[in-house]
Amino acid sequence: MTAPTRTKRKATTAGYDEINSRLTRVLLYLIAFAVLALIIIPVAFAVLGGFRSMGQLSENPVSLPNPWVFTNYADVLTLGTFWRQLANSAVIALLTTIVVLPAASLAAFVLSRYSFRGREAIYTLFTFGLLFPVTVAIVPLFVVIRQISLLDNPLGVALPQAAFALPLSIVIMRPFFRSVPADLEEAASIDGCGPFRFYWSIMLPLSRPVLSTIAVIAIVSSWNAFLLPLVVLNNATSWTLPIGVTNFSSQYTTDTARVLAFTTLSMVPALLFYLVAERQIVSGLSSGAVKG
Amino acid sequence: MIIAFLAPALIIYLLFVIYPVTQGIRYSGYDWNGLKPLTDWVGLGNFRKIFADSTFIGAMKHNAIILVLSLTLQLPFALALAVLLNQRLRGRAFMRMMFFAPYVVSEVVTAVVWRQLLRPAGFLDRTLEAVGGEGLTQEWLANPKIVLYSVFFVVTWKYFGFHMIIMLAGLQQIPAELREAAAIDGANWRQTFRHVTLPLLGPTIRVSVFLSIIGSLQLFDLIWVMTGGGPINASNTMATYMIDWGFRRMQIGYASAVSVVVFLISLVVALAYQRWVLRRDIAGALTTMGA
Repeated sequence: MTAPTRTKRKATTAGYDEINSRLTRVLLYLIAFAVLALIIIPVAFAVLGGFRSMGQLSENPVSLPNPWVFTNYADVLTLGTFWRQLANSAVIALLTTIVVLPAASLAAFVLSRYSFRGREAIYTLFTFGLLFPVTVAIVPLFVVIRQISLLDNPLGVALPQAAFALPLSIVIMRPFFRSVPADLEEAASIDGCGPFRFYWSIMLPLSRPVLSTIAVIAIVSSWNAFLLPLVVLNNATSWTLPIGVTNFSSQYTTDTARVLAFTTLSMVPALLFYLVAERQIVSGLSSGAVKG
Repeated sequence: MIIAFLAPALIIYLLFVIYPVTQGIRYSGYDWNGLKPLTDWVGLGNFRKIFADSTFIGAMKHNAIILVLSLTLQLPFALALAVLLNQRLRGRAFMRMMFFAPYVVSEVVTAVVWRQLLRPAGFLDRTLEAVGGEGLTQEWLANPKIVLYSVFFVVTWKYFGFHMIIMLAGLQQIPAELREAAAIDGANWRQTFRHVTLPLLGPTIRVSVFLSIIGSLQLFDLIWVMTGGGPINASNTMATYMIDWGFRRMQIGYASAVSVVVFLISLVVALAYQRWVLRRDIAGALTTMGA
């Protein structure tokens, strides 16, 4: 690789780690495009595959569909199953968010702004949960959900998801709540504002960015969740999209084109959400991972 | 007042996280199918059975292989792309958006699509034939010797963007002055990267490594849908093994013991990593978001 020296550099505001030789830049673009192709091809394959007939798919899965077949998508879209699973996924994602936002923010609020006995112990108990992803606890969790008769109930998925989302949410929120100046609280209490009013009318509006981070994490992970809905939702009418996609693909093993149409359509809501809220999703999901 | 504020979170947390985890430890000592009364106490019998089962040992090895490949191939790849996107390239924002997109697509969708791409005489094989690589076509998911590497490739497809974004954020936090100073001192790009950028990126890389370790140990959805752990257990992981015993064979006691083992392995790795590697970087939070 060429090593540009100081003299070759243009005096710009660009960082000095800029790679400026023309050859290198061409190479960089080539790499970037190769990776881009690697990402787009599978998605394009699924989208286009839905427009093929079975014959086309086995004979020529590479070029554009010829002729374009619209029945696969039409069939899936007129299928009650698809819309019901879409609705189920949406309901569970919403319920999860509606539970986790108030529960986590109320807890993080007192854990960050009040001192009381056992505060650090409770906080540690919550951070401990970061070590238990649903996967590890799924077997006994299934027994608990069955004991309280929440199998085949959207709440049987949403409540555990919210519970497992609490540790990360509280860990993200606490430093944020802490950074709100104490003066603000004093001023509010002089004006006769109790703790709940302070939480509701001052803290929450101030915390909108962090709340939307939590909501984004909750929605995306609920939308994509597989294992918990798999064991909790046995009745086909309560299935979410990921469960529906796996079942559809094992039910129509021979009709790959239709499976690809179903899979593509199930991907659309997540990708639309990503297009609309890219910035929040990227910063939410990655800050969620790094925040300590 | 404090109790009332804490109550909603504590109640669902205790009920759905802490209580099941403690119950799991209890069930692990029984031979139990989940329905009959919990009476057949077997002590450590389940654990003995787990470590005597070559299928579980194999599954553990597969987790280890995925882990090592993630650290040695996926993360350097993610770092290289982060460095690339830190350059002033046209369409950089678009590329960043596209590279992260697979992370937003569910593992289930990823698995279903890739299963089609990789099936015999599927898209990949046909493409290889078209460009003159007939000799390279493989049973990507049906050959026990290859399947794990195919799975790893798909894991990388889905997760490299996530690590790239974390590292890109880390790169952007490094003050430009430091690199300018190095350049003024006559350091070339590679020297600057090696001696300024990389050390300063240390904390970020260590977080990425940590998330990758935990993710590799818990890998489930993708494999369950793409291969079901097969062929002949060649792509089993500890998690697919656990679900197989718990929900296909309804051996709740035995599966609980497996989950205790998985948890202990994750815990030991996480604590060791925190103790020796992460201690200066983060204040005690462990998360589980990337494979």
